[in-house]
Amino acid sequence: MSRLWMQFKFDNKSFWRNPAAAVFTFVFPLVFLFVFTTIFGDDEITTPSGKSADMATFYIPSILALSIVNVSYTSLAMQMTILRDGGFLKQVYGTPLPVRLFIMSKVLHLVFIGLILIAIVLTFGRIIYDVQLPTNTLPAATISAILGIVTFSALGLAMTSFIPNSDAAPAIVNASILPLLFISDIFIPLHEAPDWLSFIGSLFPVYHLSHSLITAFDPFQEASGFEWSHLAALTGWGIIGSIVAVRRFSWIPRI
Amino acid sequence: MEIISGPAISVRGLKKSYGDVAAVRDISFDVMPGEVFALLGPNGAGKTTTIEILEGYRQATSGEVSVLGFNPTHRMPEFRERVGIVLQQTGANTYLTVRETLDLFGSYYQDSRSTDEVLELVGLQDQSAAVVKRISGGQKRRLDVGIALIGQPDILFLDEPTTGFDPQARRASWEMIHNLTNLGCTVMLTTHYMEEAEFLASSIGIMVSGEIALIGPKQNLQSKSQGSRISFNATPQFNEMLQTDFKFSLTLGPDGFSTMESTDVANDLYQLTTLAKQQSVNLTNLQVKTRTLEDIYIETVENYSRTGRPA
Repeated sequence: MSRLWMQFKFDNKSFWRNPAAAVFTFVFPLVFLFVFTTIFGDDEITTPSGKSADMATFYIPSILALSIVNVSYTSLAMQMTILRDGGFLKQVYGTPLPVRLFIMSKVLHLVFIGLILIAIVLTFGRIIYDVQLPTNTLPAATISAILGIVTFSALGLAMTSFIPNSDAAPAIVNASILPLLFISDIFIPLHEAPDWLSFIGSLFPVYHLSHSLITAFDPFQEASGFEWSHLAALTGWGIIGSIVAVRRFSWIPRI
Repeated sequence: MEIISGPAISVRGLKKSYGDVAAVRDISFDVMPGEVFALLGPNGAGKTTTIEILEGYRQATSGEVSVLGFNPTHRMPEFRERVGIVLQQTGANTYLTVRETLDLFGSYYQDSRSTDEVLELVGLQDQSAAVVKRISGGQKRRLDVGIALIGQPDILFLDEPTTGFDPQARRASWEMIHNLTNLGCTVMLTTHYMEEAEFLASSIGIMVSGEIALIGPKQNLQSKSQGSRISFNATPQFNEMLQTDFKFSLTLGPDGFSTMESTDVANDLYQLTTLAKQQSVNLTNLQVKTRTLEDIYIETVENYSRTGRPA
């Protein structure tokens, strides 16, 4: 436990030591919030039962899904490839540190960063765009977000094993994730897409993350907001990612 | 530190192939506790492959390997606790400071040296608060050595530890490694620098094309090197006279140098200079050199490439 804590502390320290990367991690979703509200407007919506919320509230889950994928999947896959190419993973692998602690610390760090990011987006949204914060759905929102980060971290680690070197990392990572972002109800509502495309989208984890968050952040949601089937699918992908990562992960640079 | 009776490192019939390419072809050697074993050889000879098998990074194709009684590929924590590794490629390149990086690696071991002690050992006291990304290449290399030392290893593996060092830093590292062996640490290193092997090693192996071409305690290799090399520039007539009339065994180099091996320098030189004086030949560039480890190395490698097998 103390080793995990130590590793976590140092991973966290390293993150903040690179302010350019840290700041843009948090600015990224705010830029999206600004763009969405500017393009699609921020009118008030009222339900027949008399409840109302600003449009910005409905952009939040999409932006968070995008940020979670960005923070965990994209950045972890790239970071680990760079650490592997640079020989740092190899150096760590030569010590008695159980490798699972090294990985767990990275994932914990991303959960920590993800929660800070969500807090910043919600605070900013609340102040500037009058976004409604989840109340009865708060547990569902938190758990869905954390599960998303863990799942996409596992998938990021799994993807690392398919990336031959860090020069190829951005191309491979973007090619693997950007198309999914477009067919998973994040930017464009899927009912405008052909059925077969929606079907393909629904097979992949981004879709399930997006739907878990849409319900969990729905201001009109009466129930607890847990999308159990989507969360289960997300967990399934997390397990697949973990298995692939454990089986294929490489600590020494690929030639 | 545990006392072990047998060799600290034992290698028997080690082979390693990458596809059809044989990187290591049936080598065997032992390194006794407290010894400093230097593996020399040209690039691509299989030194790094060998050391990385011993470190547990690579799996042997066949043969037996034991390090402190462990099979390195099993990556037992008990094994890792006792082994320090400096890889050929510099590893740590973080946004942490030098001190934080050592603290972090120290936390990986149950029984570690204090960060201050390691900073002093590798001479990075003045850089302790500097961020690793911003220190020089030589300083990063010393940090690598510090990381390898922090777990108080019984065996230290060094793969070209001082490449890229300035002469003074290299000398300082040698002193440091030498001091570690005084504490009973076994060291195995690969290097391209003959002086490094000469200064540090108690035994030396020369590896060529995946085989060990020459191996032995340093003194034995050096005793092979007893004798000197006399070289000079003279006229062709004088050279011919030496060879035909006085049975000198001369090698005539393309650079105009005549070279001869000598085990009796005083006598040979006396004869040579007397003859030169009689014939009024000016022996320009007369040099007498003891054969060095480098000479032995080059002979071994050249002999191997000529014959395709160890001497």
